[in-house]
Amino acid sequence: MTDTVAVCMEHITKTFGKVCANRDVSLDLRRGEILALLGENGSGKTSLVNMLSGIYFPDSGEIFVHGKRVMIRSPKDASNLGIGMIHQHFKLVEVFSAAENIVLGQPGSLFMSKKRIEAEVAALAQRYGFEIDPAKKVYAMSVSEKQTVEIIKILYRGADILILDEPTAVLTPHETEKLFAVMRKMKDDGKSLIIITHKLGEVMAVSDRVEVLRKGEYIATVNTRDTGQAELTEMMVGRPISLRIERPERPVGEERLQVVDLSCLNAEGFKALDKVSFSVFGGEILGIAGIAGSGQKELCESVAGLYPSIGGAVLMKSEYEGEPVMEPILGLKPDVVSSKGISMAFVPEDRLGMGLVASLDITDNVMLRSYKNGRGPFVDRKRPRALAEYLIEQLEIVATGPGAIVGRLSGGNVQKVLIGREIAQDPTVLMVAYPVRGLDINSSYKIYDLLNEQKKKGVAVVFIGEDLDVLLELSDRLLVLSGGRVSGVVDPRTVTKEEVGLMMVQDLSRASDGEEAPPPEQLRLDLQMQGVRPGDDPGSGLGDVPHSTQNVASDGHSDGAERREP
Amino acid sequence: MLDTATTLVMAAVLAGTPLLLGALGEILTERSGNLNLGVEGMMFMGAITGLIGSWGYEQAMAAAGIEAIGAVSALISLLVSFIAGGFGALIYSFLTITLRANQNVTGLVLTIFGTGFANFFGEYVGLAAGGYVAVSSVTKEAFLPLHIPVLSDIPVLGQLLFQYNWIVYFAIGVAVVMSLFLFKTRFGLNLRSVGEDPAAADAAGINVSRYRYMATVIGGGICGIGGMYMSMVTTSGVWVHGCVTGYGWLAVALVIFATWSPLRGILVAGIFGGLMIVRMYISIPGLPVQIYEMLPYMATILVLISTSVRQSKEHAMPASTGLNYFREDRE
Repeated sequence: MTDTVAVCMEHITKTFGKVCANRDVSLDLRRGEILALLGENGSGKTSLVNMLSGIYFPDSGEIFVHGKRVMIRSPKDASNLGIGMIHQHFKLVEVFSAAENIVLGQPGSLFMSKKRIEAEVAALAQRYGFEIDPAKKVYAMSVSEKQTVEIIKILYRGADILILDEPTAVLTPHETEKLFAVMRKMKDDGKSLIIITHKLGEVMAVSDRVEVLRKGEYIATVNTRDTGQAELTEMMVGRPISLRIERPERPVGEERLQVVDLSCLNAEGFKALDKVSFSVFGGEILGIAGIAGSGQKELCESVAGLYPSIGGAVLMKSEYEGEPVMEPILGLKPDVVSSKGISMAFVPEDRLGMGLVASLDITDNVMLRSYKNGRGPFVDRKRPRALAEYLIEQLEIVATGPGAIVGRLSGGNVQKVLIGREIAQDPTVLMVAYPVRGLDINSSYKIYDLLNEQKKKGVAVVFIGEDLDVLLELSDRLLVLSGGRVSGVVDPRTVTKEEVGLMMVQDLSRASDGEEAPPPEQLRLDLQMQGVRPGDDPGSGLGDVPHSTQNVASDGHSDGAERREP
Repeated sequence: MLDTATTLVMAAVLAGTPLLLGALGEILTERSGNLNLGVEGMMFMGAITGLIGSWGYEQAMAAAGIEAIGAVSALISLLVSFIAGGFGALIYSFLTITLRANQNVTGLVLTIFGTGFANFFGEYVGLAAGGYVAVSSVTKEAFLPLHIPVLSDIPVLGQLLFQYNWIVYFAIGVAVVMSLFLFKTRFGLNLRSVGEDPAAADAAGINVSRYRYMATVIGGGICGIGGMYMSMVTTSGVWVHGCVTGYGWLAVALVIFATWSPLRGILVAGIFGGLMIVRMYISIPGLPVQIYEMLPYMATILVLISTSVRQSKEHAMPASTGLNYFREDRE
């Protein structure tokens, strides 16, 4: 044990009931370095550092801090040893100000003056170049501001060993860059940092060394500059994995879903969706891109019948007395829609809030889709249980069995349960919103494979995503939203990332009234008044898309708006 | 007219004091994240033990042939009722904090237990004493309205402010001290963080269990004193079967009305007290008494509606109140 080592964890084992989170794992962190802890979801990264921060206590193994053997029984013990952790879910009191959160639990005079602690915090923030208002309440802060408060909180406690648990998961690329700059500054200040992540690009960008865990076990520690993304992926997943996403080409089928001039209001009463029109065909993946909050959530939820709309129509392919018809479904409850023989599956963004019940087991969650079937007062548990077992096997869900509580599964496994259940309904249209958010590489690729499989089966897939690279590789057509309007439908095979990026930030409300020039408020009111009548506004759909989107899709089929106005 | 108004205010303050004490105890408890619905039970326990404490002291003094002192008797009553209420809260704390039992169920059980405890010992000691338990005039006098020289003699104002029994001033003092503690001290900040977000408090190195135990037990003790007021002042030192019934629940409602602030508690306890006794002072012909009795509850419903509509994060129940905390819970 040399004195260049800040933390040394040896042969740590920790189990939760039957689940083994860490088996004989070791870790050493040198002074003044950034160590990346890399692993897939459920590989035991967070459990391991939680034993360093006093949240969990190891079943066996030893921990040394600055060469001395220590017992860390509580977060307070960790804090006394100079260890501070920034949790993935922030540990901040919402109704307190930044300064109050930072001094929380610290010794000091009995009475404290708000002004004095705010001045103290401001001084500390200035030293590290943070921008922060010490009097601002946490509930009024953005995610990135909250993270800043967490970091200052730890520095205030005089920590020299900092652990960041997936700090970038909630940040924009720009905020991530800022965070990395801060991390390097702290490293230069002599502090030791552990960053937990499963994003390879970040490992390469910020760390000095990488430790890889897999399924709770230690795999290897390597110097970042001696390795590459491919090698790390292999260590993390356990086998070589192609980072390319497939796009199987297949003939486009019939029109399955048509959205016409769909408009909705958001909570503040502004238009979240403004006359959105498009069609989805069987056997294709329609990607939907847009910066966060461009109306993606409202779009899929109103199509799924979970969000009120103020105008437009949603039509779905159905059959009436043997004849194919387009059945209007907007405004109907999901169970009414399914009673019409229409099978639409929706995988919402909020998996545990909207998609699954966290406190129920896998069988019960699978049953949510089928409990109304059958006769008699008793539910049929046999078939859902069989389906749950089938899903666990087919989708490689890591769980103790169909009786595993969904809330205890890792993010990737939760998503597999949800998508698996939806796919098992044999939908004609499958809508997925941010299906790989928070998932590791292996799970993400598994999800892409599942979507491609559905596409091959002829299902019309709508994929709402945030990673442009993925959207461009996976989808057959890409619809770009900007401020609740469609700024265009493009062919992802030919369009560039930059062009899509431009379309995402286009100000369509101004672009469309450039010639007639009514004030925006007036326009909004006009649109609202004509809301329900589709097709009577020449400025809707593609008509108002200006020049930068000339490469609008012309790959065989076009979107709904064009069809109506040839 | 002025006379009626003055007596109405005085009666309101007297009726509101046990509610204020009950509410203060519950505010402290809920600020720590424990929703103790056993307020009524703890008040009952304080009521009977406070009375028996004073009565026992008098009996012991009489047996020893020493004259009982009113102030000592009152002090014993105060301490004993505090300990009894705190003991009820300790049972609650052990069940919910250490054993992580459901808070609502445990609180309701405590109410049932405390009610039975008080009525049983009230009757039992009453029988032993030959009919009923009643303290002597020495103790009774210690709970009469104070007469402060000069101040109490100021016309109207003296009556309104300086002619109450000592528990009224004690209760206001508790409210002021509690407010200072919660909002101006480090320990108060820590306690509030425990009630808002125990995981955040824990990560900040605060001993969540210790804060919850302390706040709940002391809060229970304060509730117990509120109960003692019922048996020593409201019923003048005589045990009346079920004398606290309903007051504990009003105190819980008052916590919401006061939006978890001890100082606002003083004001709204006065309002609640007024609503409870207004029928004795203002009678509208044809309006049944039962309507008057509904007033405090209707006020609570109105407050619940207005606070829900406002959705202010800072004047709402502490976010974790009602939830038990277990560090190794995996979300």
